[in-house]
Amino acid sequence: MKDWRYWLAEQRGTLLAFGIFIVMFAIYTSNHPAGFTANVVQTASNKGVLLAFVAMAQTLVVITAGIDLSVGMIFTLTNCLASWLVIGSGVETAFGVAAVLGTGLLCGAINGAIVIYGRLQPIVATIATGAVYFGIALLLRPFPGGSVNEGLADALTGRLFGVVPASLVALLAVVLVVWVPFSRSVLGRAAYAAGSSEMAAYMSGVPIRRGKFTAYALAGLLAAIGGLFLTFFTYTGDAAYASGNAYTLFSIAAVVLGGVSLFGGKGSAIGAIFGALAFRTIGDLLFVFDFDPLWQPLFQGVILLIAVSLGAFGLFRVRNRLEWFL
Amino acid sequence: MSETTIGGIANRMPKFIRRADPAVVTAFACIVLLLFVGSLYSRSFLSPEYLLQQLKVASFLGVIATGMMLVILLGQIDLSVPWSVAVGAMMACAAAAYGPVGVALAIPFGIFCGVLIGIVNGIGVAYLRIPSMIITLATNAVAQGLMVVYTGGFSPQDSATAAMRYLATGFAIPAVPNAVIIWVLIGAATVFVLSRTGFGRTVYGIGNRERAAYLSGIDTRRVVMIAFAVSGGLSAFGGVLLAGYASKAAQSMGDAYLLPSIAAVVLGGTSILGGRGSYLGTVAGVILITLLQSILSVMQMPEAGRQIIYGVVIVAMLLLYGRAPASR
Repeated sequence: MKDWRYWLAEQRGTLLAFGIFIVMFAIYTSNHPAGFTANVVQTASNKGVLLAFVAMAQTLVVITAGIDLSVGMIFTLTNCLASWLVIGSGVETAFGVAAVLGTGLLCGAINGAIVIYGRLQPIVATIATGAVYFGIALLLRPFPGGSVNEGLADALTGRLFGVVPASLVALLAVVLVVWVPFSRSVLGRAAYAAGSSEMAAYMSGVPIRRGKFTAYALAGLLAAIGGLFLTFFTYTGDAAYASGNAYTLFSIAAVVLGGVSLFGGKGSAIGAIFGALAFRTIGDLLFVFDFDPLWQPLFQGVILLIAVSLGAFGLFRVRNRLEWFL
Repeated sequence: MSETTIGGIANRMPKFIRRADPAVVTAFACIVLLLFVGSLYSRSFLSPEYLLQQLKVASFLGVIATGMMLVILLGQIDLSVPWSVAVGAMMACAAAAYGPVGVALAIPFGIFCGVLIGIVNGIGVAYLRIPSMIITLATNAVAQGLMVVYTGGFSPQDSATAAMRYLATGFAIPAVPNAVIIWVLIGAATVFVLSRTGFGRTVYGIGNRERAAYLSGIDTRRVVMIAFAVSGGLSAFGGVLLAGYASKAAQSMGDAYLLPSIAAVVLGGTSILGGRGSYLGTVAGVILITLLQSILSVMQMPEAGRQIIYGVVIVAMLLLYGRAPASR
């Protein structure tokens, strides 16, 4: 096979997600009363970027064949924290942003330590830590409120040069600063290897523990960036259990749509980003077609159900029935 | 290193203690500890009325955790509990609005809806080989969507039937709440099925190694599907009882049961990887969780503190005895 074929095979999931997103977004904008304008794109990207950050966070963990059911709660916790800290003069705001991101990193590191060094199952461990993070969020913000440095918030949610949504630029920057170096580093390779076959990776002397730990910690950081942006969009902090849970759920949907294998070792955060944007656009399609908003949860649930069922097509390629049982 | 010393001590103990699972013993020890701590806070904590009241509250969780345990024994998980509970409660109450026939069929209809959710989960896990964590999250979302459309986003106005209230709050035997009797009956049936029937042995077998169970000629996929259907049905039945207790259904009534039901099963020594665990442990886990909740509310701990303590206790107890073997 030629090089480009390998590349195509590796990126198939990402390209599919990109394709779905383009088609959905085309349908969305062509039916939107305002059409394809900078305003529509800005609103859509601001909504989509939140989920994209959380989906990136989920991707890092899913690649290691784990799952992080606390991403939504880290997202909520950092949102509440940011509504206290990211305020005041330039220096204070910078310190606040650093503190919020540090908190996310710490939350992720705690998850990683419990799962890897404590050897607990990621599902149960992250449900439990998620409860703790939500509890802390509730302590910080028993009632919705707080405020944020509006200059910074408007700069990051507005438009650059009047056309490009700033949030998309921020997303691109995060990809370049966090995802690209990680996926090309030894630790990133180790995370992929651990997800693909932990035993083989262990035998080859790959630093699987450090790789997985870094993946969990960075997932916390990415979820915190999402929480920070939520604060920039809403100007408030809100410890909402339902919203945190929804983001966890949607992040899994976005990851699946983005072609990341839930069995680990396959996929990329870029795919998950397009998965997240596509998922958001599908949800918004209901509005441009004038459906009752009451139908939205059902619609999103059905899309999630279909998306996860698509993964079952691999069964038709199974030649030996024993491969059903992993 | 400590294994030999533990073995040495254990040999001198009576047989029934030697055979006991250390996790179950730890869980019961924690229950005694919690009762002691609780009695320091309030005199009435150890009174029979209060303890029976706790047992009644525990029985709702117990019914739900029974289904969760079946699924966890298979090495799977059921994250659709929150809305299975709500669907059971809402559909039972909804049926009650359709005349005398509806009232008579309210409870079976609620359970039936839960079984349907469970069957969808089961088909996804057993036949489509979708990871249970994912498919159950998805069906949970669909169930939520259906209920939001059905209720219009508000808590439904229909109220529970007299039969539901009687099951949850009545006394068929003096001084013993009906809910507790129901839990005992379901528990006894579960113990019988798990230890005395082929189905039960198969559940353990699949949890240990599904491939081996399949090669032994068992239709493992059917067993997995039935287990998920039972789990959905028991969750819905838990919802029916809760609706009877509160005399109506509410939107997010099931949210408070996902983490506790998993925690109760896992704290009771059932391996989250499947194939190992006893119902006695689950009973201990359920009582432990209920007492913990009760003490936190006696201490007038706010919701935030409860969530934090909850998560920390679960992680701590899992670190004590729920760890996976080191990879070597």
